[in-house]
Amino acid sequence: MGDLTSLTAAQAAEAVATGETSSVELTRAHLARITAVDASVHAFLHVDEVGALVSAAAVDARRAAGQELGPLAGVPLALKDVLCMEGVPTTCGSKLLEGWRPPYDATVTRRLKDAGLVILGKTNMDEFAMGSSTEHSSYGPSHNPWDLDRIPGGSGGGSAAAVASFQAPLAIGTDTGGSIRQPAAVTGTVGVKPTYGGVSRYGLVALASSLDQAGPCARTVLDAALLHTVIGGHDPLDSTSIDAPLPDLVAAARQQEVRGLRIGLVKQLGGEGYQSGVEQRFGEAVDLLVSLGATVQEVDCPSFDYALAAYYLILPSEASSNLAKFDAMRYGLRVGDDGTRSAEQVMAMTRDAGFGDEVKRRIILGTYALSSGYYDAYYGQAQKVRTLIARDFAAAFERVDVLVSPTCPTTAFKLGDKLDDPLAMYLNDVATIPVNLAGNCGMSLPVGLAPEDGLPVGLQIMAPALADDRLYRVGGALEAALLEQWGHPLLDEAPALAVAR
Amino acid sequence: MAALTRAEVAHLAKLARIAVSDAELDHLAGQLDVILASVARVGEVVADDIPPTSHAVPLTNVVRLDVVRPSLTAEQALSGAPAVEGDRFRVPRILDEEA
Amino acid sequence: MTAPTQEAELFDYDDAVARFDPVLGLEVHVELSTATKMFCGCPTEFGAAPNSQTCPTCLGLPGALPVVNERAVEAAVRIGLALNCEIAEWCRFARKNYFYPDMPKNFQTSQYDEPISFNGWLDVEVEGQTVRVEIERAHMEEDTGKSLHVGGATGRIHGADYSLVDYNRAGIPLIEIVTKPITGTGALAPEVAKAYVSALRELLRALEVSDVRMEQGSLRCDVNLSLRPTPDSPLGTRSETKNVNSLRSVERAVRYEVRRHAAVLSSGAKVVQETRHFHEDTGATTSGREKSDAEDYRYFPEPDLVPIAPSREWVEELRLTLPEPPPVLRARRQAAWGFTDLEMRDAVNVGAVPLIEDTVAAGAAPSAARKWWLGELARAANERGLSLDDLDISPTDVARVVALVEVGTLNDKLARSCLEGVLAGEGTPDEVVASRGLQVVSDEGALTAAVAEAIAADPDAAQKVRDGKAAAVGALVGAVMKATRGQADAARVRELLLESLGEV
Ligand SMILES: [Mg+2]
Ligand SMILES: [Zn+2]
Repeated sequence: MGDLTSLTAAQAAEAVATGETSSVELTRAHLARITAVDASVHAFLHVDEVGALVSAAAVDARRAAGQELGPLAGVPLALKDVLCMEGVPTTCGSKLLEGWRPPYDATVTRRLKDAGLVILGKTNMDEFAMGSSTEHSSYGPSHNPWDLDRIPGGSGGGSAAAVASFQAPLAIGTDTGGSIRQPAAVTGTVGVKPTYGGVSRYGLVALASSLDQAGPCARTVLDAALLHTVIGGHDPLDSTSIDAPLPDLVAAARQQEVRGLRIGLVKQLGGEGYQSGVEQRFGEAVDLLVSLGATVQEVDCPSFDYALAAYYLILPSEASSNLAKFDAMRYGLRVGDDGTRSAEQVMAMTRDAGFGDEVKRRIILGTYALSSGYYDAYYGQAQKVRTLIARDFAAAFERVDVLVSPTCPTTAFKLGDKLDDPLAMYLNDVATIPVNLAGNCGMSLPVGLAPEDGLPVGLQIMAPALADDRLYRVGGALEAALLEQWGHPLLDEAPALAVAR
Repeated sequence: MAALTRAEVAHLAKLARIAVSDAELDHLAGQLDVILASVARVGEVVADDIPPTSHAVPLTNVVRLDVVRPSLTAEQALSGAPAVEGDRFRVPRILDEEA
Repeated sequence: MTAPTQEAELFDYDDAVARFDPVLGLEVHVELSTATKMFCGCPTEFGAAPNSQTCPTCLGLPGALPVVNERAVEAAVRIGLALNCEIAEWCRFARKNYFYPDMPKNFQTSQYDEPISFNGWLDVEVEGQTVRVEIERAHMEEDTGKSLHVGGATGRIHGADYSLVDYNRAGIPLIEIVTKPITGTGALAPEVAKAYVSALRELLRALEVSDVRMEQGSLRCDVNLSLRPTPDSPLGTRSETKNVNSLRSVERAVRYEVRRHAAVLSSGAKVVQETRHFHEDTGATTSGREKSDAEDYRYFPEPDLVPIAPSREWVEELRLTLPEPPPVLRARRQAAWGFTDLEMRDAVNVGAVPLIEDTVAAGAAPSAARKWWLGELARAANERGLSLDDLDISPTDVARVVALVEVGTLNDKLARSCLEGVLAGEGTPDEVVASRGLQVVSDEGALTAAVAEAIAADPDAAQKVRDGKAAAVGALVGAVMKATRGQADAARVRELLLESLGEV
């Protein structure tokens, strides 16, 4: 076989299933790629070389024994460092959890293992998933494979960068306000935020419990569908998990048919603040969908104008409570315990030393928004806005099957550009946040390069809750049409990375 | 909406158990005030009769049977602890001196 | 530890209640006796090795999530119904945010403005009068871990060098039952408080939802008290005395706080709103932490749990499972057993009623069952620091001992020895009788010989009896019993003695 790292997950699984290659060979090829390029990309916080090879060998043994293998068995994958994996360091990009090895697996991790996926390691992220660039990682930022001076998006920049730089065909991300979709958009990859409750949150270190959702990162729509199918479905360990079967996502991805599909363009997600090349490529992609037989209409979602504000009240509020457990008593960093200080002092010193600026900002903001006297004006009001946003979606989905928008207003910006301007950083997620607030699903897929900077542009598809198959149907069709237009996958145009020896 | 003063930020940091330094406090107070001014926009929405949404999915009565599942071993439970004595987590004294 | 601020001389109790009107509030936390914790499948057994009953959820590990225990909700609804509460059609859990080392997530999953049950009442008897205690709410929450304080002089939290935490208790289901302000008690405030906790305990025991062992902490009481000049005045500032852990302490804590508040108010000072600690040894309370404005729990709906909406059908089904109200049941039993009021109250107070019931069901006469449970066995429990139902003896065993006495195999003394043997783990009553050789001597030949010996050995006493002083027979009976090592039937010995001395 040629370069094993260039295979899609579907192709790689097929090659393992037919015996054309082995999972161990496939895994070795990706480990070698990590060694070669990750010094410059910094997608991984931890590479579990031994563990990966052991599980790859186990898949090969199962195949040799004639056992039935799942559709992604033997395929390597990168896991965002916010998901627990038994015995393997899980830091959430924070100094506070440096060296912590969970004594249990997240449900997502368990399902990946059970399906025979080979977990290569844990990927970099903004600390506790707070950020849109990975610059808030306590372990240094990841770099965009398209331009190493630029951000790979965040918080799941490590997962997207790993997939975009062929260090793994698949990765798991988590998306609270766009942390799968925005990195996918700026790295030219595919990312899906499933319906809230569609993928178990058990073992996902919570940022904002009512918004968090794990999902697939891949280079193709089909690969994302295959991975989504492995991790999705009801989990009794998560009370917010939906007890209903997943729609057939893989069939939807393969359908490649959008005739008669009604597409809505969200009036509020475009225009001012959106880069011209982003709008151009987005517009062309919509035209392409129309040429494939879809119809398009504009849809008004007036409450979306308040989504960002509501989000930056709800998220910090929940986060301030979720992150209280990091107190130096049971696990993680402990600072200042000299035998004279009280637990309260040690907690406060540890949290000051262990948390980065962005985390502190949000915890304090959330503490404020929940405090007595302010609750109604901030947290309570934000939850009402949340209701209005869900109503806007419901009204829109009366008229159209899916909504589309640019995934983010701009292409990848330069590392350091927005680090000291939290508000500018927050604006990256303006188009992805409404889906998290309403609990429905969204996908980002690459639709070309912005003419002015040659960087990838993502298109976001939004569908109603539990209708994740629509994302794959539209995404699959659009991807195929674009591929035909371009003659090759978009990532082929990415510059070659210098290879370390 | 009221602006966030330095003293308020200090109080919030104490509530949130973060021992921020004075310099950090200055820095944070300024940034937080800007962010708060921006998110305070939610107040512009007229929503008196709108019910709040706390959960994205409308589920109720998700419960489990009262059946014992295996616990972690004490060794596993204590495996990440910064300090242990016997089979217990060792933590600094709980009360402050003046208490 | 600084000197407590408000420990001035206490007021005389009678003067205090003459000058002020006490208002009570009681918060009771009950640990449910479910098999597993509130939000995870860890067992709830008391006394397990430290940190051996924890999992990612109750240890607050990153990523772990809660799932509600169905039995705990069921118990909450039944408790609510038994307390004559309304059951919410829809309610939620909320997070109560504060930092404490024994609380794994640094928030307690509790209920805030949407409790599962509310607006109820419980009638209690105090000195022959019925006092209706109104219930504000009964809500679901979870317990914390337990800290052991090391160093310092007392082993208490004050002055400790460090603490050791065991999270086995963390996450055990609790129901918090909060009364509305209890007014109009006057001087009887301490008795009303005690009677309420006692009645609540009896009710919870009848519901079979909790062990309600105050000494093990499965029922804990916080006592709120305030005084006001007259019943028409607005409520005064209250103190909250935490973890008062016996019925007697509840009464004493109220009495102490009434006297302390009266002293503070009479001196012209203001009562400080604070938590206080009760000390069993001195009967005094001391100042804990002041409730400052900084205590802001930032409650918000728990996003990791979905709302609970008990269907009306289910609530009605559960209503049918409620036991007879304890006062009704008690009256019915008292009549059936023929106990006096005092006998019945004693039985209730030591928790012997269900044991007596089972013993009677196993064939014993009620008076005999009462005699053993409240006598010998209550003493044994006391010595061992156990409650009656913790003793290693079953009602069936006790009924068997009663039967053995009835047929004359055992006398009272031998019966005590038999019970002792059973408690010591020597086997069933019959096995103990066999192994300890406990048999009333009924061989008339041996007894006649012993009687003759006793008469010969004490001619003076024998003569007195012959002279008509029947009381003098006691010394001779004693001698025979001694000679037979207590295994004779004293009544038969007496008969034989009187016979041979010509008195019959
Ligand atoms: Mg409570
Ligand atoms: Zn547990």
